[in-house]
Amino acid sequence: MSQEPITASAPKRGVPLWVQILVWIGLLGLLGLLAAGLLKAKNPILGVGSMVPDFTLTLFSGYEFNGVSEVKLSDLSGKIVVINFWASWCQPCRTEAADLETAWQSYEKAGRVIFLGVDYVDTEPEARAYMSDFNLSYPNGPDMGTRISQIFNRNLGVPETYVLDQQGVLRFIQIGPFQSVPEIQAIIDPLLMGR
Amino acid sequence: MKVKNIILLPLFLLLFGVAFIPVVAVSAQQPTPSDDEVNAIARQLYCPVCENTPLDVCPTTACHQWRELIRQMLAEGKSEADIKQYFVDYYGARVLSEPPRTGINWLVYVVPPVAFLAGAYLLFRAFQTWKRLSKEPFTGADRSSSPGTEPETAKGSGIVEDDAYVARLEEELKKRK
Repeated sequence: MSQEPITASAPKRGVPLWVQILVWIGLLGLLGLLAAGLLKAKNPILGVGSMVPDFTLTLFSGYEFNGVSEVKLSDLSGKIVVINFWASWCQPCRTEAADLETAWQSYEKAGRVIFLGVDYVDTEPEARAYMSDFNLSYPNGPDMGTRISQIFNRNLGVPETYVLDQQGVLRFIQIGPFQSVPEIQAIIDPLLMGR
Repeated sequence: MKVKNIILLPLFLLLFGVAFIPVVAVSAQQPTPSDDEVNAIARQLYCPVCENTPLDVCPTTACHQWRELIRQMLAEGKSEADIKQYFVDYYGARVLSEPPRTGINWLVYVVPPVAFLAGAYLLFRAFQTWKRLSKEPFTGADRSSSPGTEPETAKGSGIVEDDAYVARLEEELKKRK
């Protein structure tokens, strides 16, 4: 009398291994993306002494630079670059606009300094009215896609002004409006003298 | 008769012309878009300056300018898609209330429903298991039995009275004897 072994197969439980592996891969992928996003968001704000990454500013018609409708930062190497973020809806911007224009005119002929106006989150008709109100003559353009302000990673507001030396290194940050023309010149003149 | 016609003709032309003036004027006039029409688009946009505040309810000057720009573009006959694209081109995709369905943005739309469905499936499986466990407090795997030995009978033990697995096992053993 032979007895066959009794095999009691217990019902399978749990998620199949391949599904578990897929889920873990998916979760790790999502965590990786999240980490990358956080790292990007936590980019350090450009500080004094930092090399400013290259960017291109598309200029408003009538506010071109040497007849060209775009200006690339890297093309301005050898000049002191004053980058001013402004907006027509920004009241403090209005207090410094005339001083910036006067300062620009004092440096324009020598050609060793360039001012760039970056119009931040603005509408073109109002921006044009603003530039007309203050007779701005230096190159000005909209911050298309807010790409330039994101390079500087500024979320504080406008006006803000960044002064770069001849090598493209950030040398001065002005948060808020300038109060006078001499205040602007006091930043630029030492750089012109190589200090 | 002729004199009468001469008098009536200019009068008729005058009246005809006057009657058409309002029609022509109305057809040439561009209707000013209403606030509702503007806000229907504005509520899909966010100004980067005023984060987390939809454009239609944002009280700042910047947002007011944006709404007026929308009104102007609507009056020019631009479609909703054209206007949204203009804002994306000018200020970046972050002004949209919903990320565009391209590239990595798809994750925003795919991951939540997939996670929800996976969670629902896991819950369903867990409920099934709990239900079975509540009906079968002990399974064959819980019991140690060696071949040839008499398994513990249901009678008298009081523990495995409802154990269907053991009952089935005993029945099989009886058949084989």
